[in-house]
Amino acid sequence: MIERLRILGRSGLDILAIQGRSAIFVVQSLYGIPSFRKGGRLLMEQLYAVGVLSLPIIVVSGMFIGMVLSLQGYTILVKFGAEQSVGQMLSLSLVRELGPVVTALLFAGRAGSSLTAEIGLMKATEQLTSMEMLGVDPLRYVIAPRLLAGFITMPILMLIFNVVGIWGGYLVAVDWLDIYEGSFWANMQSATSFDEDVMNGIIKSIVFAFVIAWIAVFQGYDAKPTSEGIGVATTKTVVYSSLAVLGLDFVLTAIMFGDF
Amino acid sequence: MTDESDNIIVIRDLCFKRGEHVIFDHADFDIPRGKVTAIMGPSGCGKTTLLRLIGGQLKPDSGSILFDGQDLFKLSRNDLYELRRTKMGMLFQSGALFTNLSVYENVAFPLREHTNLPEAMIRDIVLIKLQAVGLRGARDLMPNELSGGMNRRAALARTIALDPEMIMYDEPFAGQDPIGMGVLTELISLLNKSLGLTSIVVSHDIHETASIADKIYVIAQGKVAGEGVPERLMEDNSQLVQQFMNGLPDGPIPFHYPAQDYFDDMMGSIES
Ligand SMILES: Nc1ncnc2c1ncn2[C@@H]1O[C@H](COP(=O)(O)OP(=O)(O)O)[C@@H](O)[C@H]1O
Ligand SMILES: [Mg+2]
Repeated sequence: MIERLRILGRSGLDILAIQGRSAIFVVQSLYGIPSFRKGGRLLMEQLYAVGVLSLPIIVVSGMFIGMVLSLQGYTILVKFGAEQSVGQMLSLSLVRELGPVVTALLFAGRAGSSLTAEIGLMKATEQLTSMEMLGVDPLRYVIAPRLLAGFITMPILMLIFNVVGIWGGYLVAVDWLDIYEGSFWANMQSATSFDEDVMNGIIKSIVFAFVIAWIAVFQGYDAKPTSEGIGVATTKTVVYSSLAVLGLDFVLTAIMFGDF
Repeated sequence: MTDESDNIIVIRDLCFKRGEHVIFDHADFDIPRGKVTAIMGPSGCGKTTLLRLIGGQLKPDSGSILFDGQDLFKLSRNDLYELRRTKMGMLFQSGALFTNLSVYENVAFPLREHTNLPEAMIRDIVLIKLQAVGLRGARDLMPNELSGGMNRRAALARTIALDPEMIMYDEPFAGQDPIGMGVLTELISLLNKSLGLTSIVVSHDIHETASIADKIYVIAQGKVAGEGVPERLMEDNSQLVQQFMNGLPDGPIPFHYPAQDYFDDMMGSIES
């Protein structure tokens, strides 16, 4: 019994220690950002690697999810004779929930894992320490641009996901299921508010971006410098960020839309 | 006994532990300026750890490391980076070139980061440094296209790009064929003389090291087991030093990792 308590206490302390280390780590990296003279190029490279290279998966997924939403929505709504409001259902579910959450999950799998693996490998091959010995702070040179690129690109990817999703839904609803185009758009516009729905989606996405980028770079930087360690760290990035995103999504939704 | 100012590095009473494992136990080192000092010892005895302590990447549990009279662990983060930038260089065991940059860009990296030199000047410096290690012709290759020895030489060119006062080499000869080994030995000794550098070479290749070292430290079991000029160390009558210098498999440094009694251990497997 005492032994169990001891283990519990010990793992509690370990968790706190890791939280503390990762908090210090993120603050130090962000503190290192303002050297824009040389940082600009580094940031551009990462915006490309993290953002542009994630575009294909975001666009394709957005397309299919929009199409499926329209189809499913139609089959349900048509029973109530309400199939004309499929546009409204499509835009609300994308803008409020699926856009931010699915983008975040895809981003964690596509960009987060590769950030972790890349940084972990740089650590394992002593590139980070050799950079330190050349008098260049890896937090500033390697970590900060990646962290920042994550913050910046994910909300943008989310917006692209939504636009493509709505287009996909439109194709299914209007071109295939013969929903009247005017009512598709009109219903959507009257039901979706910019302040409440679009902004809340963007806020969610910014929070998720922060969490995923943080988890990904910290797991890489903190990885055991062996091939096994990098594998474990990459898995942790995907698992922790997915759980964090889903958990935070519930909390944020409760705060944003919970007051009836 | 040498004057303090002749030593670029003075280490006193160094203690360092990894968990329960004591790596340094009140060890003292003096690294003479402008000379080649070799650090030798069985693998796992803490040679790389010593270099990392000197580089300020690890903090000792107690004791002091003075670089040019300044205590490394009293420096602020910025001053420590400044010191690494201007005075010390380290060559890692693997070379540790940046894999996303070409050989040329690797050597240019510290120049681009720390100076505002025009591109033409950077090019000149990079080519001079690459010429010094014999890789001027390989400047457009990527690190994964180089052999192990070339990798280390390219990393060496990067290390000397900013003209440090001291270079630490971590096992520069490990895994080299005899020719590569000869090239590196020659290079270390040449750089030391022509650039007036101080060199610290970690190695267990006794002959190569003894041929270029002005001073050798043998570390074992957390302490300095022997020190001095190579010839004197060969004649050192401590058993430890003899075991190491002559490559005897068993001696004061046991062949076996500490373990319980062999017989008990074999019998124990039935019960559990
Ligand atoms: N990151 C680490 N964590 C825990 N122990 C380590 C770590 N790095 C090295 N050690 C231990 O420290 C000791 C000294 O290592 P090192 O300085 O690399 O030895 P070597 O003399 O072969 O270079 C070894 O016993 C090694 O197991
Ligand atoms: Mg070593």
